[in-house]
Formats: sequence, C-alpha cells, structure tokens
Amino acid sequence: MISNLLTSTLPIAVREMQRNLLRSVLTMLGIIIGVAAVIVLMTLGSGTTRHVTEQIASLGSNLLMISTGKSMGPMQSSTAPKFKLADAEAIAREVTSLVAVAPQASSNATAIFANQNWQTNITGSSERYFSVNNRQLAAGRIFTTSEVRSGAMVCVIGETLRGKLFGTSNPIGARMRLQKLSCEVIGLLEAKGQSSMGSDQDDIVILPLRTFQRRIAGNDEVAMIQVSAKDGVTTNEVKQAIQQVLRRQRHLSAADEDDFNVVDMKEIAGILSGTTQLMTSLLSAVAGISLLVGGVGIMNIMLVSVTERTREIGIRLAIGALEREILAQFLVEAVVLSTTGGGIGILLALTIASVLAAVLQIPLAFSPLVIVSAFVFSATVGVVFGYTPARKAARLNPIEALRHE
Amino acid sequence: MTSDTLLKLQAITKVYGMGEAQMFALRGISLTINQGEFVAVMGPSGSGKSTCMNILGCMDQPSDGHYWFRDVNVGALSRNQRTLLRRHYLGFVFQGFNLLNRTSALENVELPLLYRGVGSNERRAAARLALATVGLSGWETHKSNELSGGQQQRVAIARAIVTEPLLLLADEPTGNLDSQRSEEIMALLVQLNRERGITVVMVTHEPEMAAYAQRIVQFRDGLIERDQKS
Ligand SMILES: Nc1ncnc2c1ncn2[C@@H]1O[C@H](COP(=O)(O)OP(=O)(O)OP(=O)(O)O)[C@@H](O)[C@H]1O
Ligand SMILES: [Mg+2]
Repeated sequence: MISNLLTSTLPIAVREMQRNLLRSVLTMLGIIIGVAAVIVLMTLGSGTTRHVTEQIASLGSNLLMISTGKSMGPMQSSTAPKFKLADAEAIAREVTSLVAVAPQASSNATAIFANQNWQTNITGSSERYFSVNNRQLAAGRIFTTSEVRSGAMVCVIGETLRGKLFGTSNPIGARMRLQKLSCEVIGLLEAKGQSSMGSDQDDIVILPLRTFQRRIAGNDEVAMIQVSAKDGVTTNEVKQAIQQVLRRQRHLSAADEDDFNVVDMKEIAGILSGTTQLMTSLLSAVAGISLLVGGVGIMNIMLVSVTERTREIGIRLAIGALEREILAQFLVEAVVLSTTGGGIGILLALTIASVLAAVLQIPLAFSPLVIVSAFVFSATVGVVFGYTPARKAARLNPIEALRHE
Repeated sequence: MTSDTLLKLQAITKVYGMGEAQMFALRGISLTINQGEFVAVMGPSGSGKSTCMNILGCMDQPSDGHYWFRDVNVGALSRNQRTLLRRHYLGFVFQGFNLLNRTSALENVELPLLYRGVGSNERRAAARLALATVGLSGWETHKSNELSGGQQQRVAIARAIVTEPLLLLADEPTGNLDSQRSEEIMALLVQLNRERGITVVMVTHEPEMAAYAQRIVQFRDGLIERDQKS
C-alpha cells in the first residue's frame, strides 16, 4: 500500500521538481549552505583545538622557562642584564628538584651547504636541550658533555633545514657553514611541526652554547634558561627556589623587584587552549547562525511557493487525486530535495574542510555527530516546511484550494 | 427515481459567509438529470450557475439539501470517496481552465489518467487522441502558459474527456472561443453525448450554444426559473 503510493507518486514528484528547477535549486542551496557551513566551521574549530592539545602534549614535561625582564612576550624590557652561563650552573647546582637545566641563546643566520643557503634559527645550548624540549633524534647523535664544555664545531639540525640544504643526500657527517663558522652535522632532529605559536620547530640548528657565544653571537650572554622539574614537585616550589638563586646571582637587594621571570609552559599552553576553545565556541555560534539562515532561506522559498502550489493541489484534487497521494508527492519532493541538498552539503564541506585544514596545517577533525546533526536539522527544516503547507492545502475543498490567493 | 436517472438535486442551498455578510448563492434547487441528457444551464452572472456545477462535480458541498449520484447519497460520502467519484465518473471543464502551469498540454491531459493508474504508453496515446479531438494535434509539447486562451480552453476540455467520464460538466466551455471554434466544440460535445452516451451539463451565456442542448435550465438569483426541453 505504502510502496504502491510511493511508486505512483515518485514520478509526479520528480516531474514537479524538474518543472520548478529554480525553486528546487534554491531550496537545496539553502540546505547545502547550512550543512556545509556548519560542518566546515565545526571541523576547523575542533581541528585547531586538537592541534593545540597535541602541542601541549608534546611540550617537555614540567617545562619552565626563565627569561630576563619583568614579563614574558615581545615587550620584554631590554634594560635587564642577560643571564650568564654561571647563572644556569648555579640553578643546576642548588635547585635539587630539577631534572635538567638548559641555558639557551639564539639568533637568525644563513646556513650554507654546497650551493644551497637558508635563513634559519640558530640556537646555542647544552646536551640537556634535547631532553628538556622533548626532542628525539631521527639520525646521528647529540652533543657529548665534553663537546659542550669545549665549544666543539658540531651541530644538530632540524628537518626543514635538512630538506633545504641537503635534499636527498645524507647530512650526517657533512660540514655546513654558519656565518664564519664551519660545523659538522652530527644529528638530525625528528620532525615536530609547527609550535602552538605558529613557528616551524624544524627550521633550526642547535650548537653547543659556547660555540654559539664565541662564533656567532660574540658575547657570553644567555637569553633564556629552560629547566624541567622532577615529577611530583609543584611548579611554585621550583619557581621560588629558582627565584632565590637568581636574585642572589643578579645581586638584587630585598627592595628590588625580580628583573627576570619564570614561566610554566603548561600555563601558557593553558591560556592558549582557552583561546582556541573560545574561538571554537565563536565558530560554533557562526555555524549555528548559518544553519539558521539556511533554514530561513528554505522556509522562505517554501512559503513563497505555497500560493502557486495550493492552486496545483486544487487542480490535482479536482481531477481525482486523493489527499494521501498529494501528501505523498509533497513529502517525496521535500525529502528528495532535503536529502540531496544535505548530501551535497556534506560532500562540499568535506572538500572545503580538507583543503582548509591542509592550508592551515591543522588536523582534520571530522565529527560524525556534527555532520549528522547538521544534516538532520536542515533536512527536517526542509521536510517540515515543504510538507506542512501542502498538508494544509490538501485538506481544502478543491474549489477552495483553486480559489486560494 | 427511475432507472435512467443519473443524478438528482433536492432543495440544494449554498450559503457563503456568516451573519451579516451571509449570502445565498443557491436558494433551493431541485433538478433531476437522466443518463444521456445534454443540458444547458443559462442565467445571468452571479445567478449561481458555477456554484451549482461545483456541487454537481462533488468539488464543493451544499449548505443544505440532498444530492444523489446514481443512487449514491453524495452528502454521506467521505472526502476520499467523493474524490474517487470524481476520478472515475466525472469530467470537469472549469470556467477558468485551471491547467498546471509550465506543464505541457500533453501532460495536463494525461493527469487524470495518471491518478487512474493507467500505464504511461496507454496514457500518452489517449492524451494525444483527446488533444487531436479538440483540434490541438501538434501542440502537445507546448506549455499551458504558451497557449492562447482558446487553446487553453480546448486543453481543459481534452483533459475532461480523456477519461470518457459518465458525466461531463463544462462551465462555459466556449467562453473564450470564436464562433467557428465554438461550433466545433459544440459539435464535439454533441458527438460525445450521442455516440458515447456521455451525459453533458454545460453552462453558457450564448443562446446559439444552448440550442445544441436538448434541455435548457434557466437560473436566476439562486433559483431555477425555467426548465424546458427544446
Ligand atoms: N467563494 C465565494 N465566497 C463568497 N461568495 C461567493 C463565492 N463563490 C461565489 N460567490 C457568490 O455566489 C454567487 C453565485 O456565484 P456563481 O459563481 O455561482 O455565479 P455564476 O452564475 O457562475 O456567474 P458567472 O456567469 O459570472 O460565472 C455570486 O453572487 C458570487 O458572488
Ligand atoms: Mg460561473
């Protein structure tokens, strides 16, 4: 009985959709835009969140960063004196709750190998750098303690730089030029991708600190000290211990404020992920609005076509179409348009989101729940607003329906 | 009610509006039409002719009175049953044609057959034949809005006769036609009436057209003023 009704009304419904192609396309467009917008925005939002979460997870555990100046960030006061290697050594010696201490200094310079050159970040540090920053080697080895102490001409490079300078040839054992310095590549870092701040963590050369200070910077300054605390020690305890050591090292009187600061990386990561979550909520709001706008668009078209369709219903009733046959026709029309529109919307969204995720270098985080609910919402709006006016009209007398204005 | 009675109206009234605005379109019509009759309905504008035709066509219900169609009390039928009655026994030509927009002449004519469940080949052939009968061969693929008023009227007639109904109700079927076309349509209705035994009830303003009928029912102010065999 039902299938009978379907087979008899399907051709009528299809014919009616073809006949009113513009109306059909506009209806589908509303659904397509609604579904696609929601899926794309939500996907990018959760992709970004996941990206940040992964970044946080990849940070060295219990990592703290000590820098000069009163605050973090680009507005650092330049008047505060830089750290010296002795400061880092004092921290390592006196603060017992630490696993590793890595003093650091860095600058940008051009690296040259054969006829290739590449502007990159040059960082001087100790062999502790690798464990503190949670960086593994893809090939070769890290510095030995004696290489660090003596300031040997050796370096470890990142994947981006390797690609730029060495292409397909093996970098390990090659001699690379950094300004006046010629150093041997002894290790290659495993790729890590972009940092949560958006910089490429693989575009880097790491030298022993002393080598960097003598040959690249030409001074004995240490810009930053990274430390990793033992498990089970609170960040505050560590911060206080470090503060004590550094205040003494930097000869600060009791009245002086700290002219350095200790930042827990997890804190920064937390702030950052808070920001992304805010962004995701914003995107969700925008997505919701586009879904609503799409819905209103569908409603609009459906309602505008009611007058014409009421006349059509009157004609069909007069000629001998049963109410249920007319309703089946309108239901089939609404379902076909809504599901086709929804399907196209999903495909469109998958394409756009994939492209954008690739461009923005964030993971593709499709959520079946989002896809399904966007589809269901739009399809429901389409079916309800396609069907309800028809139901009203099909209950009229043929004459009333025909006279409808 | 004799065996060849097709339909019978008894004290039919139709009231539009409520209270102050109440308005009687039909004030008590009684009328019996036999199988095979050709009846012309005449009367001034607003006298209730179309209202009566709509009731005869089971498309509108009277406010009061009884309507029997072949021994069936139409007032006691459900909505769906009235629809099926229209589907299987009635052909209706509207005063305003009422064709589907942006739809070809052929598809418009096929429509009643579609709801009767006739297969597509048979349907198309019957629709072509009906269009040929009203002189519209070659116009099958034209959309209804691309046709002249007279052509639309003929498509509407073709749609009404394609099912070979028991009763053909035509509300001013020649209202938009020139006299030559009108004569052709009348000849067609007479032919359908004589050869196929289709009972025809036709509204017209023109005495020349009414002259084709065997019987003329004259309306005035919602009442039958005169009912005479010609
Ligand atoms: N839906 C309606 N609502 C209110 N009044 C109506 C309605 N339909 C018809 N009428 C009134 O009923 C009366 C009879 O109308 P009807 O259409 O039957 O006249 P008619 O004889 O067919 O006229 P014409 O020759 O102009 O077609 C008219 O006065 C008309 O105004
Ligand atoms: Mg009329």
